[in-house]
Amino acid sequence: MGKTVVLGVIGADCHAVGNKILERAFTDAGFNVVNIGVMCSQEEFINAAIETNADAILVSSLYGHGEIDCRGLREKCDEAGLKNILLYAGGNLVVGKQEWSEVEKRFKEMGFNRVYPPGTSPEVGIKDLKHDLGIED
Amino acid sequence: MDAALLIDFGSTYTKLTAVDLENEEILATAKDLTTVNTDIMIGFNKAFEKLKEKIDISKVNFVEKLACSSAAGGLKMIAIGLVPELTAEAAKRAALGAGARILGVYSYELTKHEIEEIIEKKPDIILLAGGTDGGNKDCILHNTKLIAEYIHDVPVVVAGNKNAQDEIDAIFNDAHIYHKITENVMPRLNQINVEPARKVIREIFMEKIVEAKGMKKAEEFIGGILMPTPAAVLKAARILADGTDKEEGIGELVVVDIGGATTDVHSIASGEPSKAGVTLRGLQEPYAKRTVEGDLGMRVSAMSLFEAAGTRKIKKFIPDTKYDIEQRCKFLQQNVNFVPEKQEDIDFDEALAMVATDMAMERHVGFIESVYTPMGIIYSQVGKDLLNVKYLIGTGGVIVHSKNPKKILSAGKFNSETPNYLKPMDPEILVDKEYIMSAMGLLAEKYPDKAVRIMKKYIVKA
Ligand code: B12
Repeated sequence: MGKTVVLGVIGADCHAVGNKILERAFTDAGFNVVNIGVMCSQEEFINAAIETNADAILVSSLYGHGEIDCRGLREKCDEAGLKNILLYAGGNLVVGKQEWSEVEKRFKEMGFNRVYPPGTSPEVGIKDLKHDLGIED
Repeated sequence: MDAALLIDFGSTYTKLTAVDLENEEILATAKDLTTVNTDIMIGFNKAFEKLKEKIDISKVNFVEKLACSSAAGGLKMIAIGLVPELTAEAAKRAALGAGARILGVYSYELTKHEIEEIIEKKPDIILLAGGTDGGNKDCILHNTKLIAEYIHDVPVVVAGNKNAQDEIDAIFNDAHIYHKITENVMPRLNQINVEPARKVIREIFMEKIVEAKGMKKAEEFIGGILMPTPAAVLKAARILADGTDKEEGIGELVVVDIGGATTDVHSIASGEPSKAGVTLRGLQEPYAKRTVEGDLGMRVSAMSLFEAAGTRKIKKFIPDTKYDIEQRCKFLQQNVNFVPEKQEDIDFDEALAMVATDMAMERHVGFIESVYTPMGIIYSQVGKDLLNVKYLIGTGGVIVHSKNPKKILSAGKFNSETPNYLKPMDPEILVDKEYIMSAMGLLAEKYPDKAVRIMKKYIVKA
């Protein structure tokens, strides 16, 4: 049976185009995609992951407030019993041009398993997710 | 003349409605106290005697005798799900739409303490949900095992993760638990599917609950007790809005039903955002939605209404009253059979009814939130947008008997002081003058076209 991923755009962020493209790409790659859409709170990601027994949560943030919006998500997942669920983040996570390695480090410290710089194609995420979930291509 | 006898075994009164099926007219109505503790037929017969005084019984042939009931506490249910905002909420909505009184809603894995609490509450039916199809199974299986171990005599409706059904079935079979399995109340995230569960709840109501409540005897005389009273009202509302194959409905509507203990609101409307650029959030809403406010009522719940609303809010609807608001509410709660006659007492009751309408509508309708961004405001909506609903219909004693039903019901309209609540903007206000909605829900089971036409005739402009 296909693995389930929860997909959404976090915070007060309404950029909807990338979200649709990601839904399509991950579905075509064989994942059962639960797309909660734009403007989602951390709680909505978590509740969706609980009910659907998801294997990973894919967070997008495009509008620059990603760091604030994503803070505490890992801790809340732990609290909610989503032990070791994979957390990925991508989009335009921070404002302006910042040193990527620094940004990546900060998100990893927040408990994200994978963090992607602006313009990353969905295929990169798909490949990593298959690897992390032990799915053969 | 062929007629139908429609019976509502209510918590206080047994109400009869006789309908001329050929001319599609209400022949007469009559009521007497419900006698469920001794013999349900005593109260029925008394009411029937009164009915016979009003019509020439020798000319009437009752070809149809149908009943609904909210006697003996109504249909009492417990709803269980996984996440409070998701499957637990979906289960609650399914049960409410089946006409149930919700004794409790539980989420996540049940504890032994909660199991004891459930047993103490003495539910008639448990609705067990949890997990989307293919989603979480652990929680619903845990709860199944606890129920199988500790709760033996309560029928269970299973409406959770499809992939857990076989295991649940086996566990309940082993434990000899009466259960029925139906479609998931939330098959996919945020997608609601309440009708199959509602149907199964009604089946169990007819098969088991009627008998358990000592009303089996009534079924010897009447065709059957088909559904709980609130389900009949919802059914009537739905068929009046949608119409039938042959008879056109009147379109989207809201029904407000104010009683002594609760205020029910039924909306038959899609509830989609009426304005462009609004994102809809959260669990999908049922097209036919019922909410029940257990703290808003004219008598038994007068004090809880006071506590929920407060003096200032009630005063807004009755600024010149000589009564102390709190004292008066206390009095009404202690005198549940009080019938107002003096103008000042009527006015006070109507003010309470307006508060109940206002608050019950506020809790029923959707809510819009604005998010400020550098490029302006973005709106997100949770719940049903009822701004453009065409009709607001009132039923229930205080509205039906009032000289000012329009004034009472207007309290349920959109209010520019609280513009975030998506209440009907400019609905036409109708009133169920003859108090026939539950009867018409019953009639609709066999004669849907007639039920629609009769309601169009008797539910009139306020
Ligand atoms: C269209 C657009 C809008 C539209 C959005 C319409 C809509 N509802 O979708 C509107 C006009 C509403 C808008 C508003 C705003 N926008 Co704007 N917007 C854009 C724009 C031009 C294109 C976005 C787009 O659709 N891209 C195409 C999709 C396919 O790409 P994508 O979103 O990046 O997603 C892909 C990848 O990022 C990746 N990806 C994304 N998430 C993830 C996650 C994982 C795990 C993985 C593996 C991959 C991945 O895969 C996706 C699919 O290929 C961008 C600039 C740009 N060229 O990117 C700015 C941009 C995103 N917006 C920006 C800003 C600042 C705003 C506003 C705050 C103010 C403003 N300047 O208007 C508001 C915010 C409103 C809000 N509350 O969200 C900034 C963000 C700056 C930052 N982060 O540092 C950008 C980058 C423009 C800029 N250079 O200043 N915007």
